[in-house]
Amino acid sequence: MAAKLAMIFFGMILVNNYVLVQFLGICPFLGVSKKLDSAVGMSVAVIFVMALATSVTWPIYTFLLVPSGLAYLQTIVFILVIAVLVQLVEIAMKKYMPPLYKALGVYLPLITTNCAVLGVTISVLDEGYGFAESLVCALGAGVGFLVAMVLFSGVRKRLEDAQPPQCFEGLPITLVAASITSLSFMGFGGVIENIFAAH
Amino acid sequence: MREKLKVFSNGLLKENPSLRLVLGTCPTLAVTTLAVNGLGMGLAATFVLVCSNIVISALRKVIPDKVRLPAYITVIATFVTVLQMLVKAFVPALDSALGIFLPLIVVNCIILGRAEMFASKHGIVLSALDGLGMGLGFTGTLVVMGSIRELLGAGTLFGMQIMPASVDPMTFFIMPPGGFFVFGVLMALVIWIEIKTDNRKQRSIGCEGCPSAAVCGGKCSENAQGGEA
Repeated sequence: MAAKLAMIFFGMILVNNYVLVQFLGICPFLGVSKKLDSAVGMSVAVIFVMALATSVTWPIYTFLLVPSGLAYLQTIVFILVIAVLVQLVEIAMKKYMPPLYKALGVYLPLITTNCAVLGVTISVLDEGYGFAESLVCALGAGVGFLVAMVLFSGVRKRLEDAQPPQCFEGLPITLVAASITSLSFMGFGGVIENIFAAH
Repeated sequence: MREKLKVFSNGLLKENPSLRLVLGTCPTLAVTTLAVNGLGMGLAATFVLVCSNIVISALRKVIPDKVRLPAYITVIATFVTVLQMLVKAFVPALDSALGIFLPLIVVNCIILGRAEMFASKHGIVLSALDGLGMGLGFTGTLVVMGSIRELLGAGTLFGMQIMPASVDPMTFFIMPPGGFFVFGVLMALVIWIEIKTDNRKQRSIGCEGCPSAAVCGGKCSENAQGGEA
């Protein structure tokens, strides 16, 4: 069991990285990765919301929607739950943890429309994971997002000094750099399975 | 009539959602491994965009300003659920090809962005035309991206063999890095044409159409966009 959980966790970070391999959450990846501290702030908020959202939507789907034959309402219910959850977290954080709110508050409203969060809640159900596996999968997806953001913010620091052709300035060269970063992640394919299969 | 035509054609080229406004990047990159998937995704998003624009525009005086975003999301999610059922029933192949990106149309920034920026301020007919134009502009970009990636990566176009068998397909282009690469080059091409025709304007990542812009006021990407042009 532990090996399976570890496989899911590291697989989500390296092999199925949400940003670089599965293309979920590209908007914040391109928008917020220019500075390291904002990249980390955004990612921590994403990890938090992903884990929280999955731990709420999984029971709702399994114990509420499926028994009452309402599984087709999945999309509507999940997005509303995530929206409400983000709002609640924001209110609670503002009241009880002002320093944390100051650090992460800006990013919270943006997370509702981050497709990685809705993506992870739906894909754990498509995979047929149990509750523990789902939670680990969501955490892995969040940490993978953090890794991609931190790595890429370093790449972008370098890009600032580069002088690409005029038409490549700004976003196009950033996308090409993202392509190369993503290519480096392709190298992890199969690594995780082999490490854990050996045991 | 002229205004209607202008609204419709806006989304096709002048404000092309993917290449000019940089909205809806995730599906643009993810589903364009084959041209036909791009076409399917584009048409699916167009359906949701037109329907949600019509409903939101019809309800624009009823929905209180404070809860408008949740209300928009509910409307959009409803149409996405309808779409999911239709696609599952009539084009199951597309359903499995698009996978998770079909339900994720809910959080596609193009749709929420158009609801916030256009449908909430304009009449039903104009909003429908805006949705149609934006949707078709999005579809066009996806088909172009998909065609390039499929042609270079698999040697085929809409499933037909185009490249001679002696040319080895470059698998890179249908892998995730190829998506980033083709999108970057395509965007550079658009900017190059803009420079040539002397018709350049400030470009930023998302904030222009980002539905959360009202909440965050651009703080999310403060300094992140200073240098973008």
